Amino acid sequence: MDRRNENILNNIDIWTIGLYIALVIFGWVSIYGASYNFDDSDFWDFSQRFGKQLVWIGCSVVIAAVLLMLDVKIYTTLAYVIYGFFIILLIVTLLVAPDTRGSHSWLVMGPISLQPAEFAKTATCLCLAKYMSSYGFTMKNIRQMVVMCLIIFVPMLIIVAQNETGSALAYLALFLVLYRQGMTGIVLLLGVCAAVFFVVSIRFGATPIVDSIPGETLGMFAIMIMAVVIALSMVYFYYKDKTLVKTISILGVSLFAVGIIVYNYLDVKIKFSYLAYIVVGSLILYLLSQAIRQRKWGYFLISIFVAGSIGFGQVSDYAFNKILQPHQQTRIKVTLGMENDLKKSGYNVNQSMIAIGSGRLTGKGFLQGTQTKLKYVPEQDTDFIFCTVGEEHGFIGTTAVVVGFLALMLRLISLAERQRSLFSRIYGYCVASIIFFHVAINIGMVIGLTPVIGIPLPFFSYGGSSLWSFTILLFIFLRLDASRKEYMME
Amino acid sequence: MINDSNDNRRYTISLIMVAVCLIYIIRLFSIQIVDKSYLEQSQNNAYLRKVIYPSRGLLTDRNGRLIVFNKSAYDIMIVPREARGFDTLAFANTLGITKADFIKRMGIIKRKSGYSPYVPQLFMSQLSDEEYGPVSEKLYKFNGIYVQKRTLREYNYHNAALALGSIGEVSKKQIEADDFYQQGDYAGQNGIELTYEKVLRGEKGEEILLRDSRGRVKGKYEDGKYDKKPVPGKDIELSLDIELQKYGEELMNGKIGSIAAIEPSTGEILALVSSPTYDPSMLVGRKRSANFAALSKDPLKPLFDRPMMAQYPPGSTFKTAQALVLQQEGIITPNTAYGCQHGFHAGALSVGCHGHESPLNLKHSIQHSCNAYYCCGFRSMIDNRKYKNVSEAIDVWKNHMVSLGFGYKLGADVPNEKRGYIPNSSVYNKVYGENRWKGLTIISLSIGQGEVLATPLQIANLGATIANRGYFYTPHLVKKIFGGEIDSSFITRHNSTIDPKYYEIVVEGMELVMISGTGYYSRIDSIAVCGKTGTAENPHGKDHSIFMAFAPKDDPKIAISVVVENSGFGATWAAPIATLMIEKYLKGEIPKRRKHIEQRLLDANLIKE
Repeated sequence: MDRRNENILNNIDIWTIGLYIALVIFGWVSIYGASYNFDDSDFWDFSQRFGKQLVWIGCSVVIAAVLLMLDVKIYTTLAYVIYGFFIILLIVTLLVAPDTRGSHSWLVMGPISLQPAEFAKTATCLCLAKYMSSYGFTMKNIRQMVVMCLIIFVPMLIIVAQNETGSALAYLALFLVLYRQGMTGIVLLLGVCAAVFFVVSIRFGATPIVDSIPGETLGMFAIMIMAVVIALSMVYFYYKDKTLVKTISILGVSLFAVGIIVYNYLDVKIKFSYLAYIVVGSLILYLLSQAIRQRKWGYFLISIFVAGSIGFGQVSDYAFNKILQPHQQTRIKVTLGMENDLKKSGYNVNQSMIAIGSGRLTGKGFLQGTQTKLKYVPEQDTDFIFCTVGEEHGFIGTTAVVVGFLALMLRLISLAERQRSLFSRIYGYCVASIIFFHVAINIGMVIGLTPVIGIPLPFFSYGGSSLWSFTILLFIFLRLDASRKEYMME
Repeated sequence: MINDSNDNRRYTISLIMVAVCLIYIIRLFSIQIVDKSYLEQSQNNAYLRKVIYPSRGLLTDRNGRLIVFNKSAYDIMIVPREARGFDTLAFANTLGITKADFIKRMGIIKRKSGYSPYVPQLFMSQLSDEEYGPVSEKLYKFNGIYVQKRTLREYNYHNAALALGSIGEVSKKQIEADDFYQQGDYAGQNGIELTYEKVLRGEKGEEILLRDSRGRVKGKYEDGKYDKKPVPGKDIELSLDIELQKYGEELMNGKIGSIAAIEPSTGEILALVSSPTYDPSMLVGRKRSANFAALSKDPLKPLFDRPMMAQYPPGSTFKTAQALVLQQEGIITPNTAYGCQHGFHAGALSVGCHGHESPLNLKHSIQHSCNAYYCCGFRSMIDNRKYKNVSEAIDVWKNHMVSLGFGYKLGADVPNEKRGYIPNSSVYNKVYGENRWKGLTIISLSIGQGEVLATPLQIANLGATIANRGYFYTPHLVKKIFGGEIDSSFITRHNSTIDPKYYEIVVEGMELVMISGTGYYSRIDSIAVCGKTGTAENPHGKDHSIFMAFAPKDDPKIAISVVVENSGFGATWAAPIATLMIEKYLKGEIPKRRKHIEQRLLDANLIKE
């Protein structure tokens, strides 16, 4: 026993621990800055949020220590049990949780409230790692694929039912893990394309291509151009079919060159979307003829992709306008910057960008941020904590945080890659992916690049559930990593 | 370490992470280093820009008597976020309210749209000097309480409420239409206050105060270097004679109707009475909304600006205009005479007239207000062969009437002016078919009944046009703007399409009205008044009494129209009121001989309770 503990301490990854401590401390400093109150500035005031956060941090240290001391085998042994327990807990929460600003995700036990959804991520990662590392698992088995997807989607759907869509979306990050384990990259590509096409078709659904010509939208036009470019890249990448790429590119470029000249100099009001349809049509025909001539399914699939993209663009525009409720439309429009709802979420993003932007290079100094001190930024110690960093520590501070997170994520990937057990490696990728999703969405949100989805910044945002769950998520992996050599012996 | 074919995917995943972080750093660089506007916006948040309200322009009458001036009022503002930890009870006591009141008010404030705990909220509005005095010494004790000084209107005369208008809190629409306004500002809402809002309001000043990160005010930014002093609004001298206005309102007391008096040589409005009226000071301060609601509910509609907005058939006063048009068109000459057998009879159609000698020439037709004369004259114009058809005839007629100020808004500087109504050929062609009508069909127009409508101001303006023998200036209420100029449209002469030579005979007819005609009872011995009675038929009750006049006959100083609703013949009520007004304006007092008439009018109450 003693030997093993000693062994663990020797083998634990110092870099990750160091980054973890640095981020937690910087996070606490930011919370202190964000909730600092002029009248009562006692460090140890536990009625204040920075005081409470100190308690959460203290607990985290205990949790981390306990996790490091536990036998590493329990994670593999109990993965399914833990997962099952959390699924039940999520359902119970959904049923008994009081309404907290529309969400039913908080379990209130006396003075403590916890959000099981945060912890369920760890359980899901464990379960996924266990299932995917089990003997005989292969990405080619449809039944296993279905089970794998269910492991991800079941907790996700329950959390959506709890009205915590943001937390639920974080589960999508696990598809990065599936990709690493051999899932075709097409799934990722299609997912990203679907998201981008949806946004573009809504965002530019009413913008004309050329101001003077009504009846065609920039949204659809942009989708067609993107679909063609992606399809050509795939043709080039998979088949090195330079003739096809060249032919279609020349056709497209020359068509539009002629179109622009005719429009500008001959003053003929041509419809540019018709030109795009000509290019798309000839591409599809060309792809189909190649598919038949060379008997390659890939060409056929690419042509399906092109046609499907166009159809998807049309459908999402229709779905948005006809199926969604007006208030849902508004929320999406605000997110896409189409409506200036400065009172609600638009206001938050505007004020948070003012806070960050006003920090300039070096920031206004610790506790000197006026935006945050005067409480212009709402939720500034939870979801919008990054504002305080930006305002008080400037570009240097924000870059440090972004680089810090990047270093942590890359370190986790490199740790994952050095594992000898598949379980540990998959789990490591899960940790890195979930942290990546949270960082990308949270920081993207406060700098106006991603939709306003309320998810915390790992280790930074105020709150016990968030900090503990990320600590647990991370330290289980550190424990696994510390024992990587034992696995080899077994 | 584990061999598999997807090893290189670790690089793809790492690359995605690096790319996203790189994009974010570029974005941060652009908003933190490249774009400087965010710093400015955060300073706007940190600097407290305090508005200093300018004093509003004063209003005087044509003789320099001060009518409307300013008094200070104080709004108590609260910044809920800062107003913590103070003694609520003591604060409530200081303002003379109960603690329950305080809680209720705070509740209302928090439910307002656009509420923010960091922005001053109006807690109590418009404390007067007397109320504010004792409070001011104690307010400093309370955090988050600010005082906003305002100016309110005060009145030396309790008259001309509708003409002067009032100021009130700006509506959402006004804020959107004009950057000048912020929520809680006051602006003119009607009357002169609205028309000349931009002249009267002046320019706001600004004081830039510095707030520390705790929200406390730390003094002036750069010692007030960037502060802006407010520019007071410009004073206005009105064309009103406030004493005449007051007298008119007294005469109209107990009657529904209006008086409009104009100086013919300038178009300046001397009096603009709308009755029943109210005291303008009712719509000032905290009682404004309650009083406004009460006035809007009053069945006698005191908020309805009758001289500008009420539209009546002008009745016999319109005959003077007819006389002018018919002469201009060569239909009649001063010597043309038409017979009258107690009225005008054509087949089944009959327009009655009262007993007088017959036949009458033009001058005497005005004197006796002969209906038959104008029916005959108008009919021979409309059916005249010199026009292509009846449509052309009526349109010629209409254009003359428009040149006399009828049918369209005159363009006075009082909001909500109505245009009256003069029908044209298309109206009748639509009803009767293309040219399938004739003079007889529309014969009631000849005596100012039927479709034609005019506002009291338009009738007074007709008086002014006749007084001027052929032209008028757009009636207006403002004589002078101190440090500004009045609108050029008020100094532009509008010539009528009637040759000035045709006016003199009408003037003589109107003089005869007063000497020995329908206005005899209201004559003034020492002044040559020219007048014309009228009765507007009212399908809903007793006819409206109308009188139009100007005086003196040569070099006229005043043109006037009086309408007394539901009071019968023009000669009974409207005429004596008009001549009393003329006498008051020209002589300053009413002679003994006519004192009993004055008393009868002052006492008369024609409003049925």
